[in-house]
Amino acid sequence: MREKLALLRYILAGNPVTLLALAMLVLLLGCAILGPALVPYDPIATNTASALQPPSATHWFGTDQLGRDVFSRVVVAARLDLAIAFAAVLLSMALGSVFGAAMGYFRGWLDTAGSRGTDVLMAFPLFVLAMAMVAALGNSVSSVVYATAVINLPFYIRLARAETSIRRDMGYIEAARVGGSGHARILRVFLLPNILPALVVQASVNLGWAVLNTAGLSFIGLGVRAPTPEWGIMVAEGAQFIVSGRWWIAAFPGAALMLAVFCFNLLGDGLRDIVDPRSRT
Amino acid sequence: MAFLLRRLAGVVPTLFGVVVAAFILTRLLPGDPAVFFANSVTADAVTIAAVRQKLGLDLPLWQQFLVYAGQLLRGDLGQSVGTGQPVATDLLRLLPASAELTLVAFALAILVAVPLGVAAALRPGSVIDHACRLLSTAGVSLPTFVSGLLLIYIFYYQLGTAPEPIGRIDPFAIPPPGITGFLLIDTLLAGDTAGFAAAARQIVLPAVTMALFALAPLARMTRASMLGVLGSEFIRTARANGLRRRKIIVSYALRNALLPIVTTLGMVFSNMLGANVLVERVFAWPGIGSYALDSLISLDYAPVQGFMLLMATIFVLVNLVIDLLYAVIDPRTGLFHA
Repeated sequence: MREKLALLRYILAGNPVTLLALAMLVLLLGCAILGPALVPYDPIATNTASALQPPSATHWFGTDQLGRDVFSRVVVAARLDLAIAFAAVLLSMALGSVFGAAMGYFRGWLDTAGSRGTDVLMAFPLFVLAMAMVAALGNSVSSVVYATAVINLPFYIRLARAETSIRRDMGYIEAARVGGSGHARILRVFLLPNILPALVVQASVNLGWAVLNTAGLSFIGLGVRAPTPEWGIMVAEGAQFIVSGRWWIAAFPGAALMLAVFCFNLLGDGLRDIVDPRSRT
Repeated sequence: MAFLLRRLAGVVPTLFGVVVAAFILTRLLPGDPAVFFANSVTADAVTIAAVRQKLGLDLPLWQQFLVYAGQLLRGDLGQSVGTGQPVATDLLRLLPASAELTLVAFALAILVAVPLGVAAALRPGSVIDHACRLLSTAGVSLPTFVSGLLLIYIFYYQLGTAPEPIGRIDPFAIPPPGITGFLLIDTLLAGDTAGFAAAARQIVLPAVTMALFALAPLARMTRASMLGVLGSEFIRTARANGLRRRKIIVSYALRNALLPIVTTLGMVFSNMLGANVLVERVFAWPGIGSYALDSLISLDYAPVQGFMLLMATIFVLVNLVIDLLYAVIDPRTGLFHA
């Protein structure tokens, strides 16, 4: 355990940017877990007497058109946005890795059918596909999770398939087969753990996309609905006040969104450097 | 030529899959189309059954699909309830607005990102390299709808240099005769320089918003690819032979670094087609993205389906063009000879 901590410290010392990303992640997770208990105001309580106030000591990020405290709403929204992103990415990673590994391992008709399927998915601009799926599945938070999971699926399938097919004929897999391991055991014990690091790097980058996707969908009125505090909705609500100079309603949730995406992207880059130092760009 | 045919044939199954996917998605959509077309929620069962029969909704699913595919082959994408027009007509009318915006943004992104990436690769670790990295990280992280609003705040509200974000032209201006549907070209063809300037002023902010979003992966890939090529031996040889710097960079290094850049271009274009919806929303741009979104929100599904098919078709064609570009850029890929 201590050795692992020492290794982690050694790696992070060489990656100050990754350290920064980790710090941001801790901040975001802190907001998501403790946020509702910490914020000074009720995020959905309206108070028209104090509507549209610019940032001040009492309302750090100002108030919106209904007098709700923007700071409280931004902090509380972290839970929903991150929960959707994590759920979607976990779902597509789980399904995509199993499916992709099976395609790469068994090849044959499964591989052909699966590859065609991912080709079709990739033929749609992903955001457009997500829009249509949320409309088809019903306008709810769970639809956003499913839609986000589906549009990310091809990346995991392709990655898992590629990583599996370079390993399936290697000596240690053959040894396992000779030793009497069945297909399921080979996949579970020998292949999946080996392709996992690549998948985790992909997951980190995808978390950023998933947050963007969720916020984009709610920005255009799909998925999460008002008055639930959510970054995309808050930006959409603030958009109409931008032209009259009331920037704070849209700017702070927008900044939170950017921070989250930035954090996941940096984390992804950092993880990639650790997992595969050669691919550094 | 044989390659070209084979590649074209390869498009067919994907397009078929796209049509199937679009068909399945619309059959999943909530609400009974028959009730919808009967124009009343309170229509009695006999009327609904009649409409159902007329629309062919009582047929088994595979027959419905055949009917649908037949309509598609005739270019019939159905009717939009919102505008009362055939969807194909609507899409053709609105496509130039979106295409103009996307192409201007695309051109802008290439013109900024490629030189920036090359400059960063020439001097790794320099100020310009850090600027490139900062811009590309920020561009990836900043959602288009947020950066668009930010630009509106700065250039419309604070500086007053940009016009109000309400579409392609001033509502009181007379649109130029529609020849190409691209306002920038139509105004020039009509010799209307004031109109051209007005149209250009309207398109700048949305195009920059979209370009910012497209910039990041392009600059990043250009830099990485150029770095790789610049370190190779034939560049060292070219230098040792005393070739001019410009010649080394442009015709030796960039030419060889182009392949991954072009791959990224295809990916970026696809992402831009999706981002279009958001940017058009922010700037009230009257393109196909706004049209699809308005239809989606008013539960008018034929336009959404048509929009998805159009997007997927454009995307498949773009990928085809990119594959052909590979062969032009690097004849060694052997696509034309094999």
